[in-house]
Amino acid sequence: MNRRPIFLISVLCFGFAFFYIPILSMIVYSFNGSKLVTIWGGFSTKWYVSLFHNQQIVKAAVLSLKIALLSATLATILGTMAGIALARFRVFRGRMLFSGLVTAPLVMPEVITGISSLIFFILLADWVGWPSVRGFTTVTLAHITFSMVFVSTVVQSRMIEADRAIEEAAMDLGSRPWEVMRDITLPVISPAILSGWLLAFTISLDDVVITSFTTGPGNTTLPLLIWSKVKLGVTPDINALATLTVVIVGVGVALAGWLMNRAEARRQKDARLAYQNNA
Amino acid sequence: MTAPAQKRGLAHWFHRRGWSDVMIATPYVWLLVFFLAPFLIVLAMSFATRTPTAPPFSFGGEHPLLNLTGYARLFHDTLYIRAFVTSLLNAGLATILCLLLGYPMALALIRVSAGWRNVLLMLVILPFWTSFLLRVYAWMGLMGSNSWFNKLLTGAYNAVVPTDWALRAIPMMHSNFAVVLVTVYTYLPFMILPLYANLERLDLTLDEAAMDLGSRPLRVFWDVTLPQSIPGIIAGALLVFIPAAGELVIPSLVGDAARPMIGRVISDEFSAARDWPMASSIAVALLVLMVFPMMAYSHYQAKAQHDPTAKGTS
Repeated sequence: MNRRPIFLISVLCFGFAFFYIPILSMIVYSFNGSKLVTIWGGFSTKWYVSLFHNQQIVKAAVLSLKIALLSATLATILGTMAGIALARFRVFRGRMLFSGLVTAPLVMPEVITGISSLIFFILLADWVGWPSVRGFTTVTLAHITFSMVFVSTVVQSRMIEADRAIEEAAMDLGSRPWEVMRDITLPVISPAILSGWLLAFTISLDDVVITSFTTGPGNTTLPLLIWSKVKLGVTPDINALATLTVVIVGVGVALAGWLMNRAEARRQKDARLAYQNNA
Repeated sequence: MTAPAQKRGLAHWFHRRGWSDVMIATPYVWLLVFFLAPFLIVLAMSFATRTPTAPPFSFGGEHPLLNLTGYARLFHDTLYIRAFVTSLLNAGLATILCLLLGYPMALALIRVSAGWRNVLLMLVILPFWTSFLLRVYAWMGLMGSNSWFNKLLTGAYNAVVPTDWALRAIPMMHSNFAVVLVTVYTYLPFMILPLYANLERLDLTLDEAAMDLGSRPLRVFWDVTLPQSIPGIIAGALLVFIPAAGELVIPSLVGDAARPMIGRVISDEFSAARDWPMASSIAVALLVLMVFPMMAYSHYQAKAQHDPTAKGTS
């Protein structure tokens, strides 16, 4: 073709090396037998063993998963409602403010969201006596608030792309708006709802800043525990933990991609068959 | 009214407009309570006075709600000005580097075959799904003065420079260089993905037409591709710049503690100094600085959402 692809391909290779060399280095050093994190002391899996025996890490991981499951589910419900509302109800009172509220948390620096949530919870406890302790509930509430807007963005853009002809056909055939929503719109946007949930789940599981402000004593999530350990420097068991995360996420993403491709292929095949049968 | 009639009335209300009201009101009220209210509290707090009480503030003095001490300190105390400048410079530099690396990567991604493209896109997104904290941590391992990476770079550096400039190790950790490097590393997918989405929609026949008419590849890029991809550049740049300027985790782990970025200053004022009004004033000032890029971003988002088929600058 021309000379450009050679340049582009080399930048691409450099980019991927840049992405993956730090991760690969971390994986290799997680099998390091030496306690010194920078010197190779032979192959060993002892950091993985010590990881599973570390009650603190296991406890923090369980807490993180609980918060992520609960907050992602509630954020998905609220975010889907907001996405549908913004995409379908073009005119309602306060729409401007609502669409602003749905975009603002996306671009708000996390420190500010964290501090304002903390001040809010402290003052609320002062005024109405709730929440008396900060921990699971306050972290979950904060996570719902800031991950629901990601869900709503995903759902809203899927709604705008979606073909409205089927909805209109159902409406013409006498379905009520709510039934159209339940039987047609929701199934059509279900892949977007699923990816919204996954996004909310990973955001919650990954969050450091907002969690560190809204949590209380004794409620340390996994990112907070890693954060406090990493502040003191590089440790081999964190390498092992990081490797496990990368492997789980890698397998998960690959599996999800494969399943989605298969579902899409099947859907297209069904649609083709349907057209052929009708023709 | 009898019970069935009431039930029917409720069903009637629900089907007529109730369901859409519930659909709008639930997330609306949630965001009003848990997002807008806390934000308004911070805004009010920025005009309060610090007191040694719990909670540590009061609205008093001659002009309650018009106490500008916090904002005045922003301009008098060089710590704050320096922190703002450091943040904007680090974020700006990281954005430019992300663009310089991300643009050719996005361009390359639309040129590879479809099979490869899916795999490579997955590889761009994959680090994004792994923990942000662990990606920062991965670089802490590489940048330390005893790491293989630092030794490699030091060896290369020592081979090039005269012997009296030779170093035992390159001091990479705890510097603005480290902050920019790690910011580029963690935010690069945010640059590549919108650029890719934008470039993918471009009309490649224009490129070919220009090429057929005898333009050189670089000329075609400059005159045809680049102008069409400006919305993608803006979206990517803002997605990197806005969070990078307020970043707290990266500067805390790899940054220079003597030259903190603004996120760190806000957090320290709040937690260590327990000066809520000052922390709030800085937070509001940061938002005012960011409001233009934020509005630009939502403007472009709204435009892209209303017109998903929009191409380039047309």
